[in-house]
Amino acid sequence: MSIDLTLLFTMIFFIGFVWFCMKFVWPPIMATIKERQDKIAEGLAASERSAKDLELAQAKAADMLRDAKSQSAEIVDSAKKRHTEIVDSAKDDARSEADKIKNGAMAEIDQEVNRAREQLRSKVATLAVAGAEKVIERNIDESANNDLFDKLVKEL
Amino acid sequence: MASENPTSVEYIKHHLQNWKVCKTDEGWVWNQCQDAGFWSINVDSVIFSFLLGALFCFAFWRVAKSAKVENPGRWQSFVEMTFEFVDKSVKDTFHGKNPLIAPLALTIFVWIVLMNFMDLIPVDLLPWAADKINVLAFGAEPGHTYLKVVPTTDVNVTFGLSLGVFFLLLFYSVKVKGVGGFVGELTLHPFSSSNKLVQIILIPVNLLMELVGLLAKPISLGLRLFGNLYAGELLFILIAVLTSAGIGGFIGGGIAYMIWAIFHLLVIPLQAFIFMMLTIVYLSMAHEDH
Repeated sequence: MSIDLTLLFTMIFFIGFVWFCMKFVWPPIMATIKERQDKIAEGLAASERSAKDLELAQAKAADMLRDAKSQSAEIVDSAKKRHTEIVDSAKDDARSEADKIKNGAMAEIDQEVNRAREQLRSKVATLAVAGAEKVIERNIDESANNDLFDKLVKEL
Repeated sequence: MASENPTSVEYIKHHLQNWKVCKTDEGWVWNQCQDAGFWSINVDSVIFSFLLGALFCFAFWRVAKSAKVENPGRWQSFVEMTFEFVDKSVKDTFHGKNPLIAPLALTIFVWIVLMNFMDLIPVDLLPWAADKINVLAFGAEPGHTYLKVVPTTDVNVTFGLSLGVFFLLLFYSVKVKGVGGFVGELTLHPFSSSNKLVQIILIPVNLLMELVGLLAKPISLGLRLFGNLYAGELLFILIAVLTSAGIGGFIGGGIAYMIWAIFHLLVIPLQAFIFMMLTIVYLSMAHEDH
């Protein structure tokens, strides 16, 4: 056990390995580790950001929901109003139509009554004349009779 | 170890001997290196430390090449866990800006963990396999193959690392503080005086103390790792000797081996961590200007 040439060999190996490690091993692996750390930090920041975004979106959605609710209530109200309006106007229309039909019918009835009365009157007159002719069986002054009959007819 | 049935002492000695090649008067020879001095190489330490370091580089490089930001695989997650552990240790201690420190700490940590981890491979497994291969393939005599599989039980390896750190420490001390600043740090602390003459007298004292402190850094760094792992390895070997002492020894040795291995599971990363932390601390001190 003594110091000999082995020492020099070991030192040369030592220098060579350290050089190799410094040149080809340490930088790429350290870069990889660094990159991963950056990525993780980035991911954490992104997740925080998206959580905030989610909160905002939720608030927005709640707002929109509230708006939609009030809008729909308005629509329902106006529809109800419109409904009553339509029902009312339909009622009015129906009533006026009914009145019109009733009035027409009444007028027709009056007309018919008048016409019937007229016919009846003329028929009664001729009947009365014929009856009277037969009853008295004598010729009377036709003009005087006519006057009499006219009076009679008017009294009817 | 020439005999087929070695004594305990021979067994332990055999296990503590590196596979060596060295330069002698007759050229380069294998395993006959008692007097070779500096011009010898622990082949096993070199091979295993290189393979384990290359394993680290290759495995981590593959992850680096195919690293996915999303949905990382298990292996990538494990590598990233190691990275973040090292990166945190560096950031907690080192406050300057230097792109070298973190990769340096990572390399030290993982490489030392891997080298220490070789300690958990049963002590006889790889040497036995190497012996068989050597005998079968190269016609060597059985028992004449030496192999120490834990590179950090070789003082050369731990000092190779700690001296590497030491040179970086010197380099950054001079780079950050300038030569004057560095020399000033070595000579004007810890004793200083407003009196010029007293100050000049104090300079050698300061220099001595600071130099001891400075040199203690790489030595303690290297020896701590070496000592811990060498002791651990030695204990594994001793327990392995125990297992050859009859049926009771075998069972007791097996249990002791397991307990020591479990305890060693703590020592392995802990020693790597200490080496890494001290490296960061030393380099951080080198960057601090007073």
